[in-house]
Amino acid sequence: MINFQYSRASDVAEAVRMIAADPAAKFIAGGTNLVDLMKDDVERPSRLIDISRLPLKAVEATADGGLRIGALVPNSDLAYHPLIEQRYPLLSSAILAGASQQLRNMASTGGNLLQSTRCAYFYDTVTPCNKREPGSGCSAIGGINRIHAILGASEDCIATHPSDMCVALAALDAKVRVTGPAGERVIGFGDFHRLPGNTPQTDTNLHPNEIVTAVELPASGFAKNYSYLKIRDRLSYAFALVSIAAALELEGGVIKEARLALGGVAHKPWRDSAAEAALRGQRADQAGFARAAELLLRDAKGYEHNAFKIELARRGIVRTLTQAAHATPQSQSDKKIR
Amino acid sequence: MVQRSTAQRSNDSIPLPDKIQIALSVNGVETTLRVAPWTTLLDALRDHLDLTGTKKGCDHGQCGACTVLVDGRRINSCLTLAVMKDGASVTTVEGLATRDALHPLQQAFIDHDAFQCGYCTPGQLCSAAGLIAEGKAKSPDEIRELMSGNICRCGAYPNIVAAIQQAMGGKS
Repeated sequence: MINFQYSRASDVAEAVRMIAADPAAKFIAGGTNLVDLMKDDVERPSRLIDISRLPLKAVEATADGGLRIGALVPNSDLAYHPLIEQRYPLLSSAILAGASQQLRNMASTGGNLLQSTRCAYFYDTVTPCNKREPGSGCSAIGGINRIHAILGASEDCIATHPSDMCVALAALDAKVRVTGPAGERVIGFGDFHRLPGNTPQTDTNLHPNEIVTAVELPASGFAKNYSYLKIRDRLSYAFALVSIAAALELEGGVIKEARLALGGVAHKPWRDSAAEAALRGQRADQAGFARAAELLLRDAKGYEHNAFKIELARRGIVRTLTQAAHATPQSQSDKKIR
Repeated sequence: MVQRSTAQRSNDSIPLPDKIQIALSVNGVETTLRVAPWTTLLDALRDHLDLTGTKKGCDHGQCGACTVLVDGRRINSCLTLAVMKDGASVTTVEGLATRDALHPLQQAFIDHDAFQCGYCTPGQLCSAAGLIAEGKAKSPDEIRELMSGNICRCGAYPNIVAAIQQAMGGKS
């Protein structure tokens, strides 16, 4: 880890002023990802601006019947918050599928959105990586790419976004509230993260010197028919090979509204409007779920070591939609997939 | 393979920051110490306060050997910067027992032979103490899931689960 300066921000405006004054500075909240990357010399900030004491720790009702989650609410507190457990159990389940309880106790809501990829070549500073060092090349495309993307990748980067929480937030149509030098704005969850294209060094559509202050959930939480299924190499404490968030609104066995988001398959949580549209108005049955999976995966592309993910995702989508339709969501402690 | 140019990424021009004074309550003892911004809580405990019960395993938040309780919550001290915990209350494995008696978890780990080499044990004990305080784990499945951040390379997992069940007051 390199030497760096340390400052503590006392309010959001001061945090924005501090980061604008030092182009090589970084915010730190939970530190679970940033400190790790600094130890590996991937991140080399000149200064850390400690935002962990900012007053962004509330979960409160919004005027439109939803919830506003402060950016510094720890992942564990959010997963176990009574309003999240009751009204947005998909979010609770996805959070508990990720990391360990120690890390969830440290990790913040805003920081979870801003995680870097877990691509081994991004972490390994002696190998080329367009995300870490633009223009140096992608080592994963011809390398060990078992955990890499099958959707939306580019010739420059096939990294995936590692978050579970974000997959649920994408399915729930959350919004991200940010503040920067130009004031406050709200970003739809689908527009927050981006695909790699030829600029994989940029993970999000945040403007320079903006800070995430909250994540907002709409009123509809799909609390009855939902499931989050995470498939990984270990039963716990591993990143997803493929994860699926499914949420349905049913009326007499017919799908009125459908949400489907995948993790571990792309540079951002993956949603497909055509697949969701194909589910609406149809009966909640295996044939319909299989058609939606085919649609979602129509442009999927496998590499040497990860082509299995396409079939894994296809089966996982059908299974997760079935769990959601039957109101038998995947347990995150009993690991049997039913 | 292309070797990255270190010169290109160096920021040697930045002067060394002064050490920063912080106050910690460690195992009930009020302590002040001066640390560099990059000193982790783990290194502050081991190298500044000589509390070497807390172990450095992977140093990347993947093994749980460094688990301590900060303000009653279990965290990975290896990924925590000490300066960020100024004013916090820290409990390490050295703080679990009282003068005369082992903590019920320590006794249960002995009763159930819940370790072999013992290197992960301080982290397992602090993590289990956090787990019991959280009150979310009831079944063995839930204990296993919520202890998954603590790796035991000797594979003492079944005995660790049994020990935690005993300390929780369930069947031993």
